[in-house]
Amino acid sequence: MSLPEGWEMVVGLEVHTELLTRTKLFCGCANAFGAEPNTQTCPVCLGLPGSLPVLNRRAVDLAMAIGLALHATVSPSTFHRKNYFYPDMPKDFQISQYDRPINAGGYLDLPDGSRVGIERAHLEEDTGKSTHLGGSGRIHGAERSLVDYNRSGVPLVEIVSAPDIRSAAQARAYAAELRGILIAAGASDGRMEEGSMRIDANVSVHRVGEPFGTRCEMKNLNSLRSLQRAIDYEAERQYALVASGGVVRQETRHWDEDRGVTATMRSKEEADDYRYFQEPDLVDLAPEAAWVEAVRAGLGPMPAERRARLTALLTEPTDAQLDAVGTVVDLGIDGFVEAAVAAGVEVDRAIARAANELAGDPHERPGLTGEGFAETLRLEQAGDLSATQAKTVLSTLALAGGDPAAVARELGFERMAADELEGLLERLVAEHPDEWRRYDEGDDKLAQFFTGQVMRATRGQADGKVVLDLLRARRGR
Amino acid sequence: MNALEVAASVRAGATSAVEVVAESLERVAARNEELNVFIHLDAEGALAAAARVDERVAAGEALPLAGVPVALKDNLCVRGQPTTAGSRILAGWRPPYDATVVERLAAAGAVALGKANMDEFAMGSSTETSAYGPTRNPLDPTRVPGGSSGGSAAAVAAGMVPVALGSDTGGSIRQPAALCGLVGVKPTYGLVSRYGLIAFASSLDQIGPFAATVAEAALVLEVIAGHDPLDTTSLPEAAPELSSHLDDGVAGRRVGLCRELVEGADPEVVASVHRAAEVLAGAGATVEEVSIPELRLGLSAYYLIAPAEASSNLARYDGVRYGLRVDGPDVEAMNVATRTVGFGDEVKRRVMLGTYALSAGYYDAYYGQALKVRTRMIEAFARAYARVDTLLGATAPSVAFALGAKTQDPLAMYLSDVFTIPTNLAGEAAVSVPFGAGEAGLPIGVQLLGPARSEARLLGAARVLEAGEGR
Repeated sequence: MSLPEGWEMVVGLEVHTELLTRTKLFCGCANAFGAEPNTQTCPVCLGLPGSLPVLNRRAVDLAMAIGLALHATVSPSTFHRKNYFYPDMPKDFQISQYDRPINAGGYLDLPDGSRVGIERAHLEEDTGKSTHLGGSGRIHGAERSLVDYNRSGVPLVEIVSAPDIRSAAQARAYAAELRGILIAAGASDGRMEEGSMRIDANVSVHRVGEPFGTRCEMKNLNSLRSLQRAIDYEAERQYALVASGGVVRQETRHWDEDRGVTATMRSKEEADDYRYFQEPDLVDLAPEAAWVEAVRAGLGPMPAERRARLTALLTEPTDAQLDAVGTVVDLGIDGFVEAAVAAGVEVDRAIARAANELAGDPHERPGLTGEGFAETLRLEQAGDLSATQAKTVLSTLALAGGDPAAVARELGFERMAADELEGLLERLVAEHPDEWRRYDEGDDKLAQFFTGQVMRATRGQADGKVVLDLLRARRGR
Repeated sequence: MNALEVAASVRAGATSAVEVVAESLERVAARNEELNVFIHLDAEGALAAAARVDERVAAGEALPLAGVPVALKDNLCVRGQPTTAGSRILAGWRPPYDATVVERLAAAGAVALGKANMDEFAMGSSTETSAYGPTRNPLDPTRVPGGSSGGSAAAVAAGMVPVALGSDTGGSIRQPAALCGLVGVKPTYGLVSRYGLIAFASSLDQIGPFAATVAEAALVLEVIAGHDPLDTTSLPEAAPELSSHLDDGVAGRRVGLCRELVEGADPEVVASVHRAAEVLAGAGATVEEVSIPELRLGLSAYYLIAPAEASSNLARYDGVRYGLRVDGPDVEAMNVATRTVGFGDEVKRRVMLGTYALSAGYYDAYYGQALKVRTRMIEAFARAYARVDTLLGATAPSVAFALGAKTQDPLAMYLSDVFTIPTNLAGEAAVSVPFGAGEAGLPIGVQLLGPARSEARLLGAARVLEAGEGR
């Protein structure tokens, strides 16, 4: 989807990420997803009268790590109160950062070579989570609302981009790259489906060369796909409006994933006046230089550098291989590939297996290590395991871990000697003379029949490629 | 018996904490109905706590406040005990935790009898804005005890307890101490943990003691002061030694009699302050007159900063999670109905004032301007303390006034705190000590002010005035 010649969209993203701390931002309650509602709360995160916040040092570490990974400047900062009434916010104000954020002025380079400015990345606390029963599922018209305060006070960093993005695809690439950086910095698990990374998009359209148009803010973008669709829809909507002589009103719009449209949530006239003022219960946050440098020193390589490292292993990489490299780095398993290559596995094979076989949720393969991955591929390359067997070993290792050779043995994946296969084929040819005659006369489709028979007889242990070679060799004898 | 005598006697085994507390409860029973001092009394819990103190004493623990009965202002959280901050909106709420000061008092062997009445959310200077009715001054029940910690002051003045805790945001300990003839201390901001104090204005609130004598007040302050990891704004240092400095005297000290801290006060109050200056001079201090014109801006700055913070601090009373809920057709209507019914007029007035002061388009002209005034005041105090080490002035412009005298005139009520507010804005220390009497023999308080962490020096000077009064 694109706007007509001479028009462009202008997009800025606000990304909220929950930080991977053990405890909440201002109290000692556990920061963990999925517990029974209202079991991870205390007077502080419930905002009970008389309670006071105490800043979590680890959250500051991670916020600075994010800023430094985005080439931002870490500065002395202050906390402010953002005042508005909402039932899932126990104090009816949110402790956030306002005119003096901890990180300001960075940038993020995308794989396509474009650069997006980062205005700020600041610390704030999350709210509780409301569930509205009855009505539309939103607070207005609900019969009852239930609130879970487990999330209340969970540390967040809000990363605000400059309005440098010019297409929905670029916005998606930015979000994906940022997600990789957050994971690489150890700051976030990047799980959009659990809400640990949440994106709002500011979108406007204008004629190139003229001032920016009025922007609208999209909410409820729960996946990268939603982000891209919503931006495209919204830019088209605004263009259609302007092209027909209308005017875009500044407002907040809700993305309806099912209907594929955005709709007004609230207009600017209804917008809250947040009455920001400095949080008197917290002192200024001014990390000393040594602290900042320790965080910088602790940062591992970021995705761009890791992609470059893998790409350098490939001679004349194809687009498909570059995609696979991107996938492997996004999945955070480039270390696996490097381990396999170090163990003598061909680069192609290592990247392909990693990109294709380990594409699922990283948390669903707790047992897999770089070592196990490398050894499995080495066995495959040596011919001790067929491709199918190697994949089965990987999925078994993923769940339970262990030594690949031992796992292969337990699965009954003994290497089948060629003479054993010869004997088996001898028997199958004798049992199926008609099929063999047709194959022998040139009907290649029958190769599948014999391969199938071999696989059934060996319970998948035979290497399909070897069987084909043997079949071909028997032809015309 | 005063607190020191009680603690010594209980520690020596001459009397038991249970006996002391039982007698204290009898004195409460005798006058509480008339004076409306305690709005929640936990007699059973207090006697049980006293029994535990007796066990600890028997086990050899040296408790500085062994068996000393105390009254707690109702904005201090006590686990499982009703804590309302004098407001209807918190009726029935029982905190699941203890304020740090409550823990420290208990650890020192003190026994809390219950919760003392106060102006709603500490907004007032007479204890008349309480949702639970006004408290009367034990010295003259037709008059107010001052406020907002009027219940705590009255509890000590009526002899129900030897010491009590209050909180001071703009004078709420010192002014009732003056009106009830007691010693009251507003400690340096951060000296005492605010954890568990229901916030009025977070950058100004401090907890402090009431007592009949300087020595008792010093002892209680020593027990509750010192760093608390639960309050980021609490000072990192350990609690200061106070009791050991009470007899240091004022010889060689430079005292500034501050013009702005007496102007507008009743002549009898001004006379007391001048007589106090003479006593200090007689004890070896050099006394000079000083003027700090910036202090005149204090009241205006305070009535922007304190309401602004309060408007945010009081937002949580929305009917959603605890306290009063008045139902409505939707959440917003429920919030509005709850706050309309739950808050009194003075609280509503200040929440509106504060909300306005922070609003877009008005912030710079009001709240922002007030912060600048605050900075100027801090600088002005610092200049004064380069010349003198202690400032002397009045605590309140008059002796205790009649119930109802100022309830229809908020500005007149606000002026009750004109001499006490600057100390809160500067985050510094001040003590009110009784000195002389005025109309109808009612007590007058004079105020001693010093820079941050000057409590030992101020209490030493207060002690000189106390002795000069023939106590």
